Amino acid sequence: MGRVATDFAYLATIVAFILALKFLSSPATARRGNWIGAVGMLVAVAVTFAQKSVVSYWEILVGMAIGGAFGAVAARRVKMTAMPQMVALFNGVGGGAAALISLAEFHNIAPDPGRLHGDISVSIILSALIGAISFAGSMVAFAKLQELIQGRPIVYPGQQFVNGLLLAAVVAAGVAIVAGSEQQWLIVALIVGALILGVLFVLPIGGADMPVVISLLNAFTGLAAAATGFELENNVLIVSGMLVGASGTLLTILMGRAMNRSIANVLFGAFGQVTPQAAATAETDGGTVRSASAEDIAVMLAYAHKVVFIPGYGLAVAQAQHDVRQLADLLEQKGVEVSYAIHPVAGRMPGHMNVLLAEANVPYPQLEEMDDANAEFRRTDVAVVVGANDVVNPDARNNQGSPIYGMPILNVDQANAVVVLKRSMNPGFAGIENPLFYNPKTVMLFGDAKDSITKLIADVKSL
Amino acid sequence: MSHGLLLAFEVTILVLAIFLGFEVISKVPTLLHTPLMSGTNAIHGIVIVGAMLVAGLDHKDTLTTVVGLIAVVLASANVVGGFVVTDRMLEMFRKRETREPDGPGSD
Repeated sequence: MGRVATDFAYLATIVAFILALKFLSSPATARRGNWIGAVGMLVAVAVTFAQKSVVSYWEILVGMAIGGAFGAVAARRVKMTAMPQMVALFNGVGGGAAALISLAEFHNIAPDPGRLHGDISVSIILSALIGAISFAGSMVAFAKLQELIQGRPIVYPGQQFVNGLLLAAVVAAGVAIVAGSEQQWLIVALIVGALILGVLFVLPIGGADMPVVISLLNAFTGLAAAATGFELENNVLIVSGMLVGASGTLLTILMGRAMNRSIANVLFGAFGQVTPQAAATAETDGGTVRSASAEDIAVMLAYAHKVVFIPGYGLAVAQAQHDVRQLADLLEQKGVEVSYAIHPVAGRMPGHMNVLLAEANVPYPQLEEMDDANAEFRRTDVAVVVGANDVVNPDARNNQGSPIYGMPILNVDQANAVVVLKRSMNPGFAGIENPLFYNPKTVMLFGDAKDSITKLIADVKSL
Repeated sequence: MSHGLLLAFEVTILVLAIFLGFEVISKVPTLLHTPLMSGTNAIHGIVIVGAMLVAGLDHKDTLTTVVGLIAVVLASANVVGGFVVTDRMLEMFRKRETREPDGPGSD
């Protein structure tokens, strides 16, 4: 296949990707959009195989079979709750691929003096740098969400200074390459430096902010792919990579906005570190925590007029979405008005909770978004918080010292009574105290969310 | 085409792609943020094309081949995993669509 025919075929891929993004932004067409994207990708791969310069078919096919099989099996087996870390993992390997392409390309063309144009060396450096940061950063995000390492921010004195110094060293290596040095070790040093930078960049960010970080690293990988497009003078890479770079950046900003935080604050705020002031306030408020038995709570629920469930990550972990729906159905049969209040960032990714509840066939009209739900809490008898924590923390409204001050929350404390289903009194994912638990209106039901709900179902039935 | 002309052309389409990328997802409901992130994640798997070009080169030494092939493996995982995960997420929405014909569309 000649270069011209190839480029026209790549144009078909570009159009498919644009349509895919367009369709992915609307619930009615999203699934079709994903398929169109996949077909576009298939076209690009087939066309690339048909290029004259590509000769090692078998090696490439074997490589694809290995990578593809891993991707397919991992994506099929992963539980819905572990989706965020799976996206991080796939994003990371994409970034890693971009960095490796740069390494191979530099090694391949550097030995011929004068072949390395200035713009080619700049793009080699950019894709190596951004790709390696994205790879290492995504792996740390994966490890944090998978709880292989602690989710809380890891900070030490002089952190920003060390990161700045490392970035300066990496940039210096890059400048040396652009200036004409064709030393192989320079690009290796640059990639190693970028890997360390990626790790150090994500370590101080708390687990609760990982979705925003993954979204940002997703945009990074897009940029790295666009840079490899300049290296290889390939349009489909430039356009597709940049499409992801731009839309990923916008998506990151939108996610930050849903949490009422700027991106700079997410990245450098070491969110979730308990400030001494906030800790002090929590202690002085002190108060006692009331816990109740499942029987008592079942009575509260069965004789209420209106019950609102507030699902959080704990529900997802316990896979309790089906049980919650059963309990809700049971209450409806007893004449109770039931709805679900969904915080935009409930779960670990925006929209995560909608996906989980859809899996359990919760009727769509019962799902209420934050603003609608907040208007209803004053006439709600019982608000049942299932494994949610930070999204119902009144400190976000009242305590300026709290790290989540200013985040929009679900005002469950306005309901007549609050039931909190929780494993223990440990602070939530972000590691912040929650005064809701000490509120006199609140009763706690400790235990695994699934077990607690099952007990509630049995008790409501026996009433 | 001279190298300078080619570069000018490439930068032009790059800039157009930036605007297009912002424009095309400007109105996306919160409930689709996660699938959209996952979908764009699959699309940047297009680096597989770059990996194939580098790994498939005729005149090359072992290091280029090996590094290129590792890139092929990683990029394939990105592509296949990315699209499959996104499809699984969106499958959930479809189920509800059949039960509630005017549900998600009215969002």
